[in-house]
Amino acid sequence: MSIDQKQKEIIEEFQLFEGDKESTIFHLMEIGESLSPLEDEYKTDKYIIKGCQSKVWLIAECKDGNVNFRADSNTAITKGIISLLIRVLSGEKAKSIVDADLYFIKEIGMGNIIGTQRSNGLVAMIKQMKLFALAFHNNEPAMSDLKLRHTRSND
Amino acid sequence: MIDIAQVRRDFKILNEKINGKPLIYFDNAATSQKPQVVVDALLNYYQQINSNVHRGVHSLAEKATNAFEKTRETVRGFINAKFTEEIIFTKGTTEGINLVARSLSKISLEKGDEVIVSAMEHHANIVPWQMVCDEVGAKLKVIPITLKGELDLDSFESLITPKTKIVAVIHVSNVLGTVNDIKGITKTAHKHNALVLVDGAQGIPHLDVDVQDLDCDFYAFSAHKVYGPTGIGVLYGKKELLEKMPPFLGGGEMISEVTFEKTTYNELPYKFEAGTPNIGDVIAFDSAVNYLKQKKEENIVAHENELLEYATKKLKEIEGIKIVGESDNKISVISFIVEGIHSFDLGMMLDAQGIEIRTGHHCAQPLMRALGIEGTARVSFAIYNTKEEVDIFVEELKRIVGKFARKK
Repeated sequence: MSIDQKQKEIIEEFQLFEGDKESTIFHLMEIGESLSPLEDEYKTDKYIIKGCQSKVWLIAECKDGNVNFRADSNTAITKGIISLLIRVLSGEKAKSIVDADLYFIKEIGMGNIIGTQRSNGLVAMIKQMKLFALAFHNNEPAMSDLKLRHTRSND
Repeated sequence: MIDIAQVRRDFKILNEKINGKPLIYFDNAATSQKPQVVVDALLNYYQQINSNVHRGVHSLAEKATNAFEKTRETVRGFINAKFTEEIIFTKGTTEGINLVARSLSKISLEKGDEVIVSAMEHHANIVPWQMVCDEVGAKLKVIPITLKGELDLDSFESLITPKTKIVAVIHVSNVLGTVNDIKGITKTAHKHNALVLVDGAQGIPHLDVDVQDLDCDFYAFSAHKVYGPTGIGVLYGKKELLEKMPPFLGGGEMISEVTFEKTTYNELPYKFEAGTPNIGDVIAFDSAVNYLKQKKEENIVAHENELLEYATKKLKEIEGIKIVGESDNKISVISFIVEGIHSFDLGMMLDAQGIEIRTGHHCAQPLMRALGIEGTARVSFAIYNTKEEVDIFVEELKRIVGKFARKK
């Protein structure tokens, strides 16, 4: 499924809640719970996304040109938010991630659900994901400390 | 007895809907709502007497100056200061503390001296002292707290030495609600020739503050937490100290005469009020103080205490909830933790129901560390809150906690 298709799917999914804030928040939390856990070794300041009120840790790996993200957060709602981003962006080509227009965020009324401060955190998450993708795309060793790994199938 | 329905009519904002639900405002320790008399005073100022204060010779300036200075006298009476010039208008509590820290450090803080704060301070009463201590090479010492969330006053006695110059403590903890024994602390400090600054941001809305009785040297508070406008505050300081202290900011209003060789400073209180003050908000603050004074006479303290007791009892009945701060001498705020639910998530779930509470570290990270927690959810009450609101809040909280529990 392309980034575009995944976004459309999420928009449809969120329409079910008809803008009810609590149901939407609760759905976000449920999405977060399905996120595969991140090992404790990555839950350090090194992997933290700066600019989020809650703690969000993010790592990225690149396999055969596809970027995979994994993340965790100390709060349930934020975990749901990063899960949504991972659902849309993970497994995609680095270039597609860099170029992605994440219109679903506006479409599902995320700003209204999570408020301005958390929206800033959301922007920080997207920025960090795109930066990882950009580094892979440019084949940069930059941020090499941040669990940024290029691997090939035969590795 | 206070008529809450009548009080609520004074605050139009209480009719607002949040996410389609009637607003329940339980974040009063962050800022209180403003009664109509304050909103009207602000409007009247701009519609009728807006003019710069103090130096104008025209009639409008005279009117604005009189109204501005009237607030100063009202505040003096409100906290029972001895002299009107002991009332300095600031931007808020934070600026008041910074003023004292900056100015006082120049004349009475030297290398090797000590400043004592407490483990329950708001960042506003930690960081300014840290900054001046770093500058002069003084030491910052900390009064620890007990398990109940009270100051460990025995430790305080042993912390204080002849090197201690300043003791800076919070009157009422914005996290724990604990009311500190300022009179006792002041007595001890003065015995050792140390000065006392009180962060009164949370004390002034709920307690009868008499600075002469407390005998503290400085008392700082904000207008916006006592039903007044945002952006202004008051620093009370003993006259003989303020007179000795050098100005904090330089500029207009605070001078007597300026030449390029030398500037002489204006007298109190203007020495500490550089630049055009926040005139409109100071003038509207007069209405807020008078409003609060009247409500205090109608015994709002009893009403707020009743709400606190009622809510505490109900919260304790919910499984998995732990109250943070259990002093016997506590007012107005309840901090709590819900097992398995982060306070941010809880805050957002309650907001979806129109219930506005505070979550997080409450600008008291060292306190959070001392308590071994990351943050709390906090409800804080004001005169217009009701038992019915507490009931709705508790029901919603139960429902949310249940929803989380079922998920697990």
